[in-house]
Amino acid sequence: MLPFILKRLGLALLVAFTVSFISFSLLFLSGDPAAALAGETASGEDIEAIRRIYGFDRPMLVQYGDWLFSALRGDFGESYYFKLPVASLIAERLQVTMTLGVCGILFALLTAVPLGVVAAIRPNSLTDRVALFLSVAGQAMPSFWFGLILIVVFAIQLGLLPPSGAATWRHFIMPTIVLGYYAMPAIMRLTRAGMLDVLGSDYIRTARAKGAGETRVLFKHALRNAIIPVVSLAAVQMGFMLGGSIVVESVFALHGAGYLAWESIARNDLPTVQALILVFSMFYIVFTFLADVLNAWLDPRMRSA
Amino acid sequence: MTDATDPLSREIEGPSPRQMLRARALKHKALIFGMTVVLLLVLVALFAPLLAPHDPYAQSLMNRMVKPVFMGGTWEHPLGTDHLGRDYLSRLIYGARVSLLIGAVAALISGVIGTAMGVAAGYFGGKVDAVVTFLINVRLAMPVVLVALAVVAILGGSLTVVICVLGLLLWDRFAVVMRASTLQVRRRDYVAAAQVIGASTPRIVLTEIMPNIFNNLIVVVTLEMAHAILLEAALSFLGLGVQPPTPSWGLMVSEGKNMMLFEPWLVLIPGAVLFVLVLAINLMGDGLRDVTAPEGRS
Repeated sequence: MLPFILKRLGLALLVAFTVSFISFSLLFLSGDPAAALAGETASGEDIEAIRRIYGFDRPMLVQYGDWLFSALRGDFGESYYFKLPVASLIAERLQVTMTLGVCGILFALLTAVPLGVVAAIRPNSLTDRVALFLSVAGQAMPSFWFGLILIVVFAIQLGLLPPSGAATWRHFIMPTIVLGYYAMPAIMRLTRAGMLDVLGSDYIRTARAKGAGETRVLFKHALRNAIIPVVSLAAVQMGFMLGGSIVVESVFALHGAGYLAWESIARNDLPTVQALILVFSMFYIVFTFLADVLNAWLDPRMRSA
Repeated sequence: MTDATDPLSREIEGPSPRQMLRARALKHKALIFGMTVVLLLVLVALFAPLLAPHDPYAQSLMNRMVKPVFMGGTWEHPLGTDHLGRDYLSRLIYGARVSLLIGAVAALISGVIGTAMGVAAGYFGGKVDAVVTFLINVRLAMPVVLVALAVVAILGGSLTVVICVLGLLLWDRFAVVMRASTLQVRRRDYVAAAQVIGASTPRIVLTEIMPNIFNNLIVVVTLEMAHAILLEAALSFLGLGVQPPTPSWGLMVSEGKNMMLFEPWLVLIPGAVLFVLVLAINLMGDGLRDVTAPEGRS
């Protein structure tokens, strides 16, 4: 187990390192970051001054090393727009995004797993077809449009829920649904496939033969084994969802890290954008790492991979 | 003797694999539905200038936000007009061009990149495989929406930039699927036979490997096309994709959002069309997978 964990950890660190380099290089895509920062009306002297103040006159690799070592200490520089340390800006906004992400994945699991189980118990039945259709339709639904429809129906027409903001738990209901449904199709399909696989196996036949009740067979014997791959998929989806929250947060005006990313991109606030790309990538890397370790712990056969 | 009246030879002559494929495809309702809708929208996009009742860019400040015909409007503007008085149906029709063009070209670019990487990894294995797998991991760790938004913002939003950014970001699934498919195929005897007779690597890849993983490639192409179309709409909705006045469905939803309180149809119509197109492409992709690999269906 330990060699497996160390190997995976090394790989995760290497991926993190590469991602950090890519997100740093994005700054240089614009050609001259100093000119971009100074604005169109700036004179040559202004640009030169900015270049010196921000250290853009040094070689790119030196700047990267500098940035990386500061980032490792938790210092992502200062936001061009807010004139505040980027790290504290992001930390402040992450609370909303994390809450949303956790609610979203819970919502997805609580709806998709039962649907997948029901679909697997009676394959090709009406329930199965409805569940399958929902998962195909879910994948095709643009999340910003789904969010706006919910606002029109539940906030404007029915007046049941607040349309935007993050003041109370009721503000999180619609964003949770929009973010969560995105992960539902994959979880449902995997639960269904896993259950179908397990229900056809010998030990289920044995359990039934020895007279175990159907509920007991389904939940104690079958679901326990079918759920293993779902757990790691959920961890991976969680990483994707945090990155995808940018759309949801902008639709519902939730001032989380995704909203901050959108604002910062629109304002050309590059240190904040770089840091956010890195932070969201780190979440994904940590979640997939945990999923791998969890998988290996639950199923020793995975450890050789 | 292979006389048709001979009962033995008749038994051997079954339908050809191609005929069986066609029969399965025609029976697959979701596939037929998906293909029909996609084909219709492709025709709409191709013949947009003939079909659109008005110029999609012509503004008319006297006729702003005219209601669609089913909400009490007139046939002059069947789906009403937007906040600048532009005909909504015409903008929707021209919007099909933007969505389909971005979807097709982005899927093509990412398909070339991902297939090259995946086939190389599967065929050569070893270090090449390790590097490709690592690159796939790096790519998956980057938040797509965020990176695409940032790059489009830095380079400036235009159709070309959006297409290139999406094309360079969406190759991961191609690489994963093509790698797995190549791994399966390269163990087959006919690949070994080609190696034995001294065929060159490019020849083996092109004539032995590619034809046998082509079905899987087509499935991923459709799914990634749908993915690219959804992402373009999301980028344009956030104001950092295709720029106005280009008619993009995501942009139309974004422009209608401010009037959503009073005129919800401004948001509902372009979103619904986008949903139908993506649904149709996905149904087509899923159907193709069922039809080409009937043994792998669950």
